[in-house]
Parts: sequence; C-alpha cells; structure tokens
Amino acid sequence: MRIEAVTALFADLDEPELRLWVERGWVLPEGEAEAWEFQEIDIARVRLLHTLRRDLEVGEDSMPVVLSLLDQLYDMRRRLKRLLEAVDRQQPGLRASLLEELSRGA
Amino acid sequence: MALDPYQVLGVARDADGKALRAAYRALAKKFHPDLNPGKPEHAERFKQINAAYELLSDKDKRARFDRGEIDAEGNEARPTGPTWRDFADAAGGERYHPGARGGFAPEDLEDILGGAFGFGGPGGGRHGARVRMRGSDAHYTLTVSFLDAARGATRRITLPDGRTLDVRIPAGVRDGHVLRLRGQGHPGFGEGAPAGDALVEIAVAPHPHFRREGDDILIDVPVTLKEAVLGASVEVPTVGGKVRLNIPPGSGTGTRLRLRGRGINQGHQYVVLQVVLPPGEEPELAAFLRGWTPRHGGNPRADMEAG
Repeated sequence: MRIEAVTALFADLDEPELRLWVERGWVLPEGEAEAWEFQEIDIARVRLLHTLRRDLEVGEDSMPVVLSLLDQLYDMRRRLKRLLEAVDRQQPGLRASLLEELSRGA
Repeated sequence: MALDPYQVLGVARDADGKALRAAYRALAKKFHPDLNPGKPEHAERFKQINAAYELLSDKDKRARFDRGEIDAEGNEARPTGPTWRDFADAAGGERYHPGARGGFAPEDLEDILGGAFGFGGPGGGRHGARVRMRGSDAHYTLTVSFLDAARGATRRITLPDGRTLDVRIPAGVRDGHVLRLRGQGHPGFGEGAPAGDALVEIAVAPHPHFRREGDDILIDVPVTLKEAVLGASVEVPTVGGKVRLNIPPGSGTGTRLRLRGRGINQGHQYVVLQVVLPPGEEPELAAFLRGWTPRHGGNPRADMEAG
C-alpha cells in the first residue's frame, strides 16, 4: 500500500507526519522514500502510533521511549512463546506442570 | 469477556420485554451473590446476567446491538483491522525489534527462568490471573539542621539504587517524624502494580543556641550587668533572623521575655536572660557595692531549707 492510501485510513493523519514517523524509524515500510510500500504489519504499526499520539496523547519526545519499551516487551513475549513451544517439543506435559507449580506461588 | 446477552438470559432473539424480565428474575434469584455466599463463580455469572439484562432492556441499546453497532459490553464496535498485538506477537513481529533479531542467548533464558516475569512469589495469583503486588516500602533517615526543620526546606537525597529524591521538609517538623512519599519505594511486582512508599524519618540535629518546647523556641541570651539593671535594646537571633528586643530595667538572670509569633507555626520565642559580670576587675563597681545597702531582698536564699 502506498503512503497516500495509508493516510487515507485515518481522518487526521497527513503525509508529512507519516513521512516523519518513517524517517524516525517508527514505521519500517519497504522500498525507497518515493515509493514506500506499507505491508499489513506496517499499517498495524501506524495504527499503534496513531493511537499513542492521538488517543493516549503521548508526547513527541516520549515516543522513542514508549516505542522502545513496547518493542522490548513484545520481543520478550515472542521469546517466551518460543521457549514454551520448545518446552512442548522437548517434553509434552511439562508446560502444564510448570504452570501448576507457578500458580501455587512457589 | 462478553457473551451473547440472549444466551446469557436464555431467551429468544425476539423475546419481548415481559419475557426478558421473567428470565432475568428467575436467573437473578438463582445466582444472586447474597444468596450464594462462598460461591464466587456465581457472582461472576450474576454480573453477566445483570449486564445482559441492562443491555436488552434498553430498547435503543438492544437495537444497536442487534445491528452489530455495539458489542455485548455496550462498547462501540470499532471497524479497525488487526491490532498491533496480533502482528507483534507473531514471529514476523521481529521486524520491529530494535536490536538483534531472533535467537536465544543463554542470559535470556536465565532472565526468564530466573523469575524475571514475576510468576509466583508470596501471594502469587492463580493460573491465568495476573500477578500484581504492590512494592514494599523503603525506609530512609534524613538528618536536617534545627533551622531547616523549623523553617521548612527541600533536601535531595540519593537512594542506594542511585535515584535521587527531593524531600520536602514541612516547616516545624519534629525529630522522629516520618514523611511518607507515595510511590517512591520499591517497584511493584507485575504489570501495573503500584510501587511502595518511601518512608523518610526525620532526625533533627540540635542547635548550639536554640531549643524547642512544643512550638516555642527557647534561647539563653547573655546580658551585661549594666543592661540588666538599666534596661537596653539588644539584637537577638530568632529562627527567622535577628530582631531587636527591649530589655526592661531591673531584669535578672532567668527573666523570660517573649517575642510574639517568632516561634514555630503559631508559637513564640522566649529569650531567657543570663546576667554576666564583666570579665576583668572593676574597682569602681566594687567600691560602690561596699557602700551600697539594697532597698529590697536582703537574702535571696531565704526560701531555701537548711540542707
């Protein structure tokens, strides 16, 4: 999807602002500046940025911190998920007994 | 999680108001928490029943729900695409990881398995419930000068973890007073858990001249024999700076003079006079006293009982 198609999804987002977000590395479309191609994941990312900036009123200055923490959080969640998948492959049933032990409050 | 309100109440989609009410009453009787103490699952069910009835008994809301404009919780259905979470939780989300991609480093495993996720611990939640524990309180002691305690001040303290904390010392704080700084203690455990408080005990250092009695300030002020006998105007220190004080003629050691409102809060300052003799020899004074007969009080020890 081209940049003008993306901004058309939002009532209050114009191209210069989205361009700024891309230049700051908050969104990572593929291709060169004049022909950016936004995938589904990038559009979801723009939606996240839009929510943060408009609905949650996160300040311009705070965005890098917020995004960095969010990205680290999701990175950790992906890792944890992979870990649990590996646990399942190694020893089916271990996950359930782990959860049971954790729920007892160790 | 929102359930279909028609199913919750067990009524047909075209049920009229009367049928709705009847269904609601029957279920409410069965699941009301007051009638079912010790059955928390019933309380949950009752909440759902209530919510469903509230939605369906409102003609307007029911119509909007039927048209799909709001969900069963009454929220506006937002015609948005997949959320960021949908993507970010999938492996493809690694595209937006700031540092190294993928893979597991041994220290990651240690982090995770070492309990960094806040599972368990005292009071750990049930499986599925999020563990949220308020952080513990942190205790500190702060020594402040007598004058800072009297006048109030702001002091910056550096905590063991390197954070700094500005502590506002209220005017007139007493020795041993504990200030509670909300949310400045140890961090909470789990998502959204509040931090503990910082409890700062104030130790007030003694002052070489000022003493405190309640909200009053006491200070001993030396005066010369001449000032004591003849009266004088002298400068004395107060917690708020120097002020002039009139010493009436004939004041002796132990005379208390009040400086109104010069204490702490509504208190006063009391100046206790200490008459001092000249440090060197005064032959004229001695000659005068030899020839002098006091008009009053011959023996100041008259009231004292014999030992």
